[in-house]
Amino acid sequence: MPFVSATSQRSLYDVIVVGSGAAGGQSAYTLCLEGAKVLMLEAGRNYSPATETPMFQTPNQAPLAAVGTPDKPFGFYDATVDGGWQVPGEPYVRASEEPGKRFEWWRARMLGGRTNHWGRIALRNGPYDFKPRARDGLGFDWPIDYADVAPYYDKVELLIGVFGSNEGLENTPDSSPGCLLPPPKPLVSDLLLAQRAQRLNIRAIPGHKAVLTRPLDYQGSPARLHPDNAQAQRIIADDMRARAACVWATPCGRGCSLRANYQSTTVHLPPALTSGNLDVTTDAMVYEVTLDRRGHASGVSYIDKRTGGQRHAAARAVILAGGACESVRILLNSHSARFPHGLANSSGRLGRYLMDTVGSSLRGQIPLLESLPPLNEDAADGDQMYVPWWLYREQQAGQLPFARGYHIEFGGGRRMPGYGTAAGLERLTQGSYGVAFKQDVRRYYGSFVQFDGRGEMIPNEQSYCEIDRRVKDRWGIPVLRFHWGWSQHERRQAAHMQQTFASIIDAMGGRPWDPVETDGAKAIAPGGQIIHEVGGAMMGSDPERSVTNRWSQTWDVPNLFVADGAVFVSNADKNPTLTIMALAWRAADHILERMRRREL
Amino acid sequence: MDRRTTIKWTLAAGVAGVAGVGGGSGWRPLAGARAGGEAAASTPAAAQGYGTDPDLLADYHPGQAWPLTLTGVQRQLAASLADLIIPADERSPSASAAGVVDFIDEWVSAPYPAGRRDRPVVLEGLDWLDAEAMRRFGRGFLELHSSEQHEICDEICEKSRALPERQTAAHFFAVFRNLTAAGFYSTPVGRNDLGYIGNVASASFAGPPAELLSKLGLP
Repeated sequence: MPFVSATSQRSLYDVIVVGSGAAGGQSAYTLCLEGAKVLMLEAGRNYSPATETPMFQTPNQAPLAAVGTPDKPFGFYDATVDGGWQVPGEPYVRASEEPGKRFEWWRARMLGGRTNHWGRIALRNGPYDFKPRARDGLGFDWPIDYADVAPYYDKVELLIGVFGSNEGLENTPDSSPGCLLPPPKPLVSDLLLAQRAQRLNIRAIPGHKAVLTRPLDYQGSPARLHPDNAQAQRIIADDMRARAACVWATPCGRGCSLRANYQSTTVHLPPALTSGNLDVTTDAMVYEVTLDRRGHASGVSYIDKRTGGQRHAAARAVILAGGACESVRILLNSHSARFPHGLANSSGRLGRYLMDTVGSSLRGQIPLLESLPPLNEDAADGDQMYVPWWLYREQQAGQLPFARGYHIEFGGGRRMPGYGTAAGLERLTQGSYGVAFKQDVRRYYGSFVQFDGRGEMIPNEQSYCEIDRRVKDRWGIPVLRFHWGWSQHERRQAAHMQQTFASIIDAMGGRPWDPVETDGAKAIAPGGQIIHEVGGAMMGSDPERSVTNRWSQTWDVPNLFVADGAVFVSNADKNPTLTIMALAWRAADHILERMRRREL
Repeated sequence: MDRRTTIKWTLAAGVAGVAGVGGGSGWRPLAGARAGGEAAASTPAAAQGYGTDPDLLADYHPGQAWPLTLTGVQRQLAASLADLIIPADERSPSASAAGVVDFIDEWVSAPYPAGRRDRPVVLEGLDWLDAEAMRRFGRGFLELHSSEQHEICDEICEKSRALPERQTAAHFFAVFRNLTAAGFYSTPVGRNDLGYIGNVASASFAGPPAELLSKLGLP
């Protein structure tokens, strides 16, 4: 039985993986299919997308028309269980409530973690993104480069299924042949935006998203994923065949019972469980990595949330994959006489250089999109197209007031009506009510386009987390205290986003629906709100200035690895999840290799 | 309408404060007794939300997750106003026929910030509507002719045109219109009204038809 309680675990595993999301799922998948015995510990409850996903439910079937509440911040039907920027019983502390200094920490307490509700945008970092300091002297360079990660990007795309296209653009890498699924057709609003943005020399291209636009290549891909491993090939071939292609309906953020998009629970965990090598214990809140006499990790201690009791599990190696801040928290709480400032913190950099994504949004109302005929525009649930960063040359020439770039995610269309469909229309309707109002709503429905800028934050000294010694969560575990700050680069970038959005809206013949915010400090979303927080245990080539080496292995404890976004050295505008998975796969390969050599 | 509310609305309307209590502003105790007299709750009874792990597959109806709290009169007024905003026409039924009153009741009874924010606006607004009907026509809002109801609504349906002393009422109307539309367009009849044809499984996604694209000058 692969789902095991504290009392039915093995006495010793090859590897303990803490967390079950993108990093934990990928780590467990790679290790288990190559034969390692793995125990996965998840702080949240068990979760079954096959039986729990509200696939075709409509807003009228939910309380409050399914609108978001503090209990379900992304709406009633969002897949998130026991999650949000606040989790009951699991507080955190902010050092400041000042605007620009706030950090909000999103968590989900469920098997699969945040991958269940994830936006599924799956972009590769480019060559520049691994060596940003070499280009502009800011931040840090990674100890690895694009070529080190590229084979793993290929593998992850083949495994999880990502649609997209190869465009040969600067710092926007192409995938190897056969890795990407064909992109879906764009919507009317996508095509209008692409046409008009082109007039501003801004190019929209097909998005990259972990949605199966056709069935996976279960005949060709398994050998590419697991060369020389016939058993793994069989397992993943069978599993790929069992995943349906997209049915072009129902939002991905609800999860997918057909397994047509990526979530750890539908893609990574099933084959890992099939291998017979994975045990999973849910409701297991890890709080400490334990050490043996040599100073090597011996396992982890956790709270069994069902009984409140303290438990221990043992393994030859430990991988932390609880999400950047949670992994940092576990390390900081694992202090001892030998490691008084937290485990793997001899560099003093544990918790330092947290980053999120620079976010700023604007809506436009586009008269050309009014009164369109009925169209089914559910499509791939958005992101059929996006705009990658396009001003590399201008930036290098010193023509921009900020460093690093952003991409633009956008979306429109005649999507399922609901709470906001007709809200605030009086600005266009002179306050109509009655039959005139109904006619106005028909006219304006589908005529809005949303712009979301997603930009790179440069790591800084003000953005970090530490343990707050006064506050403990309901399990008695000391909590994190967050410090946050932006630099001019991020603020100016956010203001630039607003100007760009307004220009594109204008080129589309539309009008901004929200005020165009020219003050970057006001245009930028609070830290943590984009939920791309990474860093805190950065990898590097110098043990005195980084927490892990290039293999995500901590410098201080040779059998302790960090597989999630905590190891990020920079946070490119590209959404981090695909890179998290690629690095987790790479780290797992390294662990396997060292285990085969009996070094672990 | 209670004294606190009367004073707030009167002050907001820019009328001398004392007049509001004395009756000179047109607030009638009778209207308060009618619309707010039964429960007159300015806050919902202690209710629990659905929590962070609700059953997503259940079919919910208003009143299931937490109790509804509007009085019978409040619901009648809400239905009347909702149907002025979304009446039946050749394409779809009226707001109340689509269950919008239940939705609004659920909304203002909810133990969440948005509902708590909108609750006093809606309850006091409904009171005001009835009081205004009394003041102008000597009858409650529900007894007015349609043309008389429109006379009141026309003055508050757009904030930028509303008189300074009607700003609070205009805010109420905007909130109520948003809630009415939220309830209506979340239902099957609302979706049909807008020509929404998605949420069905398809083997493929063809994209927009070529003739539409060429009409719009798109590739």
